[in-house]
Amino acid sequence: MMVWAQIVEVPEDINHLFDWPAVLPWGINRVVLLTFLATILTFLFLYIPFRKPRIVPTKFQAMVESLVEMVRNTIGKEVIGSESAKYEWLLIPMFFWLFFLNIFEITPFINFPVTSRMAIPAFLAMFVWVVFIFVGIKKQGLKYFINTLVPPGVPAPLLILIIPIEFISVFLIRPISLAVRLFANMIAGHMMLTVFFLTTSAYFVLGPKLIAFPVPFAFAVVITAFEVFVSVLQAFIFTLLTAVYIESSLHAEH
Amino acid sequence: MDPQAAALLGAGLSYGLAAIGPGIGIGIVVGNAVQAMVRQPEMAGQVRTTMFLGIAFTEALALFGLLLFFILFGQAG
Repeated sequence: MMVWAQIVEVPEDINHLFDWPAVLPWGINRVVLLTFLATILTFLFLYIPFRKPRIVPTKFQAMVESLVEMVRNTIGKEVIGSESAKYEWLLIPMFFWLFFLNIFEITPFINFPVTSRMAIPAFLAMFVWVVFIFVGIKKQGLKYFINTLVPPGVPAPLLILIIPIEFISVFLIRPISLAVRLFANMIAGHMMLTVFFLTTSAYFVLGPKLIAFPVPFAFAVVITAFEVFVSVLQAFIFTLLTAVYIESSLHAEH
Repeated sequence: MDPQAAALLGAGLSYGLAAIGPGIGIGIVVGNAVQAMVRQPEMAGQVRTTMFLGIAFTEALALFGLLLFFILFGQAG
C-alpha cells in the first residue's frame, strides 16, 4: 500500500525535482520503485507475447513483434551488420526499458521521468562502456587500443596530438555524452512541463482567470505531445549509439 | 564581483552560448538530410537513421552547456 502510494504520489515540495526523500530502508525512494516497475513492465512486455508464440499472432503479439523487428533491423542489422544477432540481448531490452523509464514522464499520476536522475543513465553508459571495450579486446586482442588510438595514415609527428585526442574522445567523452544526452533531454522536458503547468495553476488561482490561463495550458498540452516523441527518440538514440560503439570496436579502422 | 552574481551570470551565458553552435549544426544536418531524402526517396530510411545519429552528436554540445548551467546555478544557490 505504501509502495503504491509512492508511485502515484504528488510532490509537495518543488525541490523533489532534484532530490526525493527515501521511504523504505536502504534509501529506496520513488525513483527506485519506478525503476523496478519499469523493469517488471519490460519483462512482461517481452515475456508474455513470446511465451507461446502463435503462427497467427494476437494483436499484442503483432505489436511487440513489429517493435522488436524495428529494433532488430534499423538498429542491429543496419549498424552492426551480419553479427548483430550476438548483441540483441543488450539492444532490445535496453530500448524497451529506456522507453518505459522515459514514458513515465507523461504517464498520468506518475509524471516523473526516471531517467532524469543522473544515476540511471550514468550507470547504463558505464555498462555500455565496459561492453564496447570488452568486445574490442575480444575481437582484436590488445591491439584494439592501438587500432583505436592510432588512426591509419597519420604522419608520425602528429601522433603526439592525435593519441590524447582520440583517447579522450573515445574512452572519456563517449560514455559521458551518452549519459548526459539522455539525462539532459529528460530533465529539460520535465522542467518545461513543470513550468507550464505551474504557470497554468498559478494563473488560474491568482490571475485574471479565463483570459490568462489557457495560454500556458495550451503550451503544456503541446509539450506533452512533444515529450512522447522525445521519449521514443531518446530511447532509440541511446540504443543506436550503443550499436554504433559496439560496431566501432568490432573492426579495426582502415 | 560578487561570486554568486558571477556564478549566475556564468550559468545564463554558458547555456546561451552553448546553444548557438549546435543550433546552426542541427540545421545543417537536417537540411542536408531532407535534401538527400528528396533526391533519393528509396534511401529515406537509412538517411533518417544517419540524421538522428548526426543530431545526437551535435546536440550533445548544447546539452553539456545545459549541464554547466545546472552546476553553476547550484554554485550560486
